[in-house]
Amino acid sequence: MGVKLLLEKAHVEGIRHYDVYRREGGYRAVEKALKTMSPDAITEEVKKSGLRGRGGAGFPAGMKWSFLAKPEGVPRHLVCNADESEPGTFKDRYLMEFLPHLLIEGLIIASYALGSNATYIYIRGEYAWIPDILERAIAEAKANGWLGKNILGTGFDCEIYVQRGAGAYICGEETALIESLEGKRGNPRIKPPFPAVKGVWDRPTVVNNVETLAAVGPIINIGGEEYAKIGVGRSTGTKLISACGNINKPGVYEIDMTISVEEFIYSDEYCGGIKNGKKLKACIPGGSSVPILPANLLLKTAKGDTRLMNYESLADGGFATGSSMGSGGFIVLDEDQCVVKHTYTLARFYRHESCGQCSPCREGTGWMEKILKNIEMGKGKMSDIDLLWDIQRKIEGNTICPLGDAAAWPVAAAIRHFRDEFEWHINNPQECLTRNYGLAHYADPIHVPTTA
Amino acid sequence: MSEEKKLFKVTIDNITVDVEPGTTILNAARMIGGDVTPPAMCYYSKLKNSGGKCRTCLVEVAAGSTADPRPMPKLVASCRTTVMDGMIVKNITSDRVLDARAGITEFLLLNHPLDCPICDQAGECHLQDLSYEHGKEGTRFEFQKRIFKKHDLGEYIQLHMTRCILCYRCVFVADQLTEKRVHGVLDRGDHAEIATYISKSLDNDFIGNVIDVCPVGALTDKTFRFKNRVWFTKPVDAHRNCSKCCGEVQLWMRGDEVFRVTARKDEWGEVKDASDGRPGWICNECRFDKKDIKDWTIDGPSKINRHSVISQGHYVGVKKPTDFLPEVMGGRGPKLLMDIHKVSEVNRPEIELSKIEGPAHSDDFKGSK
Repeated sequence: MGVKLLLEKAHVEGIRHYDVYRREGGYRAVEKALKTMSPDAITEEVKKSGLRGRGGAGFPAGMKWSFLAKPEGVPRHLVCNADESEPGTFKDRYLMEFLPHLLIEGLIIASYALGSNATYIYIRGEYAWIPDILERAIAEAKANGWLGKNILGTGFDCEIYVQRGAGAYICGEETALIESLEGKRGNPRIKPPFPAVKGVWDRPTVVNNVETLAAVGPIINIGGEEYAKIGVGRSTGTKLISACGNINKPGVYEIDMTISVEEFIYSDEYCGGIKNGKKLKACIPGGSSVPILPANLLLKTAKGDTRLMNYESLADGGFATGSSMGSGGFIVLDEDQCVVKHTYTLARFYRHESCGQCSPCREGTGWMEKILKNIEMGKGKMSDIDLLWDIQRKIEGNTICPLGDAAAWPVAAAIRHFRDEFEWHINNPQECLTRNYGLAHYADPIHVPTTA
Repeated sequence: MSEEKKLFKVTIDNITVDVEPGTTILNAARMIGGDVTPPAMCYYSKLKNSGGKCRTCLVEVAAGSTADPRPMPKLVASCRTTVMDGMIVKNITSDRVLDARAGITEFLLLNHPLDCPICDQAGECHLQDLSYEHGKEGTRFEFQKRIFKKHDLGEYIQLHMTRCILCYRCVFVADQLTEKRVHGVLDRGDHAEIATYISKSLDNDFIGNVIDVCPVGALTDKTFRFKNRVWFTKPVDAHRNCSKCCGEVQLWMRGDEVFRVTARKDEWGEVKDASDGRPGWICNECRFDKKDIKDWTIDGPSKINRHSVISQGHYVGVKKPTDFLPEVMGGRGPKLLMDIHKVSEVNRPEIELSKIEGPAHSDDFKGSK
């Protein structure tokens, strides 16, 4: 049984409400932080903890906080990014729905550390029922003196506002989120300037993921150094993984980043193995944007080591033979799944969600979708595969925001690892409509070159 | 404290210029001019916050600055990246840039109709110029292009969204020149469109300028549409006393007939500042209603440089573009692949064919009797 920090109390009856949460030791961290620590000390503690952004990029949260510009007389803001739209990711929803006070606790501490008197939770429009839960929790916290004017007699004022988005994936990108929060069209801004200098209403702003902010409470409680001892290397603390796809027990799991991918998929404590006794074919370990890996490369790295569920091990081998931790949306595909169809589905998603501001992403995502649809429907040509490769290469890195990269990587990885499945689709245009390529050799042990 | 400003040294394609701090790479390159300048489809120096969207101006930064000479990992949009002292930029000398730019050109042309012969913008279209310089000879796109119906935005302006490349320039014009913007971008991705939502007309005194800033034929002047091809008309500078705008315009004439009135443009296709220093935007009255030569005082033929086929007409004052190739290549001239006189059996070495007056004659070649 791994360490649990975020979901420790998740199964306590009524933990959603203030009384139960407080009885279970909630808001201890706020008391400790506001009464005994200075804002800089909190930032220092978060730095020491090695907490990395849980939204996908994995940037150290403490570093991000220390970059915040602090000009005299200009208000600063903390924005909580709850626009969790990455396909396969639903960890933030779980946190906000069942443990809203954990997030609010983290928000109060972070607001104090950053000097934000008005803090926003930007939540995606599709989570229609959650703003009510959050607003009720905020009201409860305010009624008990954790929010509002002069919190705990420290002279620190803080209000938390919940803002609903209108349902756009792009608004999860921090500058698009800021535009949308300001009431404009959710187009990503051109960086620099970064939000840490010019964010909401041109004021210095920090945008953090829900899970990152929720982890601040436990870090203050146990101390940054203690938190850093959990996990391995630069993957410290615990991470929520939202597992879905062809597994026996889909759901949100908290892991301490020391277990292997194999254990995570097959042990009864976590996913409980592949559904209906099928075989594992492929997996996207970190939400739809990260490269898909075939079974053999998922369980072992190209060097033959066991792959672990943490930032470094999942990224081992770069994009050639590795993937990425991403946002923790763990999508498992069994032997009956078609990688071509799957890639087409993702391409369709990115085409639909591209904001249309910069040309490579606007035009390229649509083009890739059309080609993939042709291949999937048995109308593809062999040259289409190389064309797809060329298109994704020209989108990647040339766009304003990472959505272009996110659209290019899944296509690139699918071609890199499953090229023969694409070729089979093209060579068997009739057969591919009635059956799948199947497992083929994707779970075969990989040849590890021995080095003298 | 001395008032002297420190200038930044920036090297673009082996050519070094001194520029003021805060200048963008693109504007520094424009100071050099010629081929060294990256193309820009969405950036417009007279419009605040424009640029960064089309990605045609991507360049490689080989060294960030003297203080921190690390290269930037990604190509950067030169229109929105400011220079640092000692920065080294590669534009046409970088294969990565040329490859990316060819890709962007292909993307821009995916949903853009390839029917220049029937488009009113042909001849002064920036996308046409871009495809000529950076496009591939064939298309790899085998699908239906996105198509929109034509819309009339009021009495004078027609919107043909099918041709739009979503540069957002017209949105910035409406935002910054008029009191209330009534058009914007609806929807997203490749189905995004410029629209007024419920076919409102755009009638503001300065809204006609959206035609001038549109890099393609998406927004056109209804008083001129299909009346003439631009290369048959002659640009003439003229002015009148106008209470609303600077009144300094360019008339596009054929004989004594004024076909079209536009703002005066510089060599980058952008509206020039007026002689009194004000921005050169012109009002709708000057643009659409004053089509009589008697309304105007003629200043003389416009100076045309570089821009598209219009400079192919033999106008007065055509400026030839400077050739930067030797400088870009560090003093070396382009490599001569072959000497035509050595390989040709019919050429006469003493006759330079490119320099003879009029068409070549059989006497100019060997073997003639």
